[in-house]
Amino acid sequence: MNPPQSSKKSPLSQRVVRGDFKVGHLPGFGAWTFLVFLYLYLPLIILIIFSFNANRTVTIWEGFSLNWYAEVFKSEPIRRAALTSLLVASIATVVATVIATLAALTLVRGGKFKGKNLASATLMTPLMIPEIVTAVATLALFTAIGASLGIGKVIIAHCVFCIPFAYLPISARLQSMDSSLEQAAHDLYANDWRTFRRVTLPLLIPGILSGAILAFIISMDDFIITLFVAEAGTTTLPLYIYGLVRVGVTPEVNAISSLMLAVSVIFVLLSFIIGRKQ
Amino acid sequence: MMRSANVKRWLGLSPALAVIGLFMIVPIIIVIVYSFLAKDPYGGVEPQFSTEAYKQLLFERDFDDTLLFSTVNLKIFWRSVWLALVTTLFSLVAALPVAYYIARQPEGRKNTLVLLVTIPFWTNLLIRTYCWILILRDTGLINGLLQRLNLIDSPITLLYTNGAVLLGLVYSYLPFMVLPLYASMEKLDMKLLEAAHDLYANRWRVFRRVSLPLALPGIVAGCVLVFIPALGAFITPQLLGGGKNLMLGSLIQMQFGASRNWPFGAAMSLFLLAFVLIALVLYARSPAQRDGNLI
Repeated sequence: MNPPQSSKKSPLSQRVVRGDFKVGHLPGFGAWTFLVFLYLYLPLIILIIFSFNANRTVTIWEGFSLNWYAEVFKSEPIRRAALTSLLVASIATVVATVIATLAALTLVRGGKFKGKNLASATLMTPLMIPEIVTAVATLALFTAIGASLGIGKVIIAHCVFCIPFAYLPISARLQSMDSSLEQAAHDLYANDWRTFRRVTLPLLIPGILSGAILAFIISMDDFIITLFVAEAGTTTLPLYIYGLVRVGVTPEVNAISSLMLAVSVIFVLLSFIIGRKQ
Repeated sequence: MMRSANVKRWLGLSPALAVIGLFMIVPIIIVIVYSFLAKDPYGGVEPQFSTEAYKQLLFERDFDDTLLFSTVNLKIFWRSVWLALVTTLFSLVAALPVAYYIARQPEGRKNTLVLLVTIPFWTNLLIRTYCWILILRDTGLINGLLQRLNLIDSPITLLYTNGAVLLGLVYSYLPFMVLPLYASMEKLDMKLLEAAHDLYANRWRVFRRVSLPLALPGIVAGCVLVFIPALGAFITPQLLGGGKNLMLGSLIQMQFGASRNWPFGAAMSLFLLAFVLIALVLYARSPAQRDGNLI
């Protein structure tokens, strides 16, 4: 975490200095920001620290131990839940990313056409509708159909809400890309497909990767929609953790939670680094 | 030429629209239908028109089948709306200085700090909420610490209170407030602040009379983005409220679980959705929101 420090070299346009008076600087805001970051991160740090605690009672520190992580890796139900989560997230990520890429190419590069605004608003509906309503609605749909799809239900539900998360970085990347490169390729007699494969796609890859990673994290983390839609036997990691947490605090929960936290953070950082690369 | 462009557009958009239409829009229509059907006591619905679910929002059936006005559900709605509003307010107060501070930092630090705000958003909400159980429960960190310092004899109840739910809700949705606020404060023209200083306004006056009004679109966006998920929150009230301080989300979930009253659950989901749509429309129409997007 960055402690607040206010005296650093910065461009004149950002901070106009007149003697020791800084325009736009307000006393105490740095300290307040530090406290808010503490509020955001301290609980996570506490969780990670206690996941290494030798004591079973979880509250009192008794020494460093990797015991609970060993338990997690030995546990058969956790392994099964992890595999279920990975399977669902992988399929949902691929499907959502392909769909989102096609949609982004059409909406950003396809010029103006009727219904464009409506189409982009429809793409964002999974973000605007409260998760619990989506959960109820998806459950209602599968009940109305009546077919038993097993894990397929969870995969379908995840594909839907992953689309906007994959779409946003891809379309942002497309918007920032210079379309004159594609025009140049056309001028050099490349057909549409060739232009797409040799010019647009290579430039778009960082956006696509970034979107895919975000879709993957969102799918791995989803709880409410999965809770409603999953049949008995389809247990993802968050569902399994929820089951444990409801019974009580155990050191195993700390360890598996810390692991999931680490995976999310690594993926976000990856997405951030890839998305920023020019 | 024109036609081939249209075909391509259709090919590009149809998978996305088909998936979202089929698995998002159609299901909501089914929920509307379900809310007007009779309940199947074993879960699900019976194909029979009924407005019972909507009556149940406000009334209770007596033993002899007369409708009695009941405030049980109203109280839960009210608690949800109230908690969501207070969450929004607290988040706004906590986030304003943060967004303003980050926006005034040099480029590199700015990006790092924004990333730090974003990371909690991408980590599992269930796990983030669970952390607070470790801290707040009777044998948790705070009580343990206070007892070790001999400040209290027996643990004070922190978990399973409205306060715990509020703390968890603010914790969950604070990033949604910081980001739009930051986006609008980052665009702030420093020359305007300078001009205000030239006219002898002090720092706080400049903040209140220049920076804040200019950041209004971000403030409105942040409030909408926090209020909507807070109103439908499920995990936080469930884990930190302990099932006794019910919110709308838990009440809906119960209808599809133990209570087996799907039509009522469907009606309540629509009620929540209506609330959200009203908030979104008000937001889209707000004068502060002429050129921005939702995020």
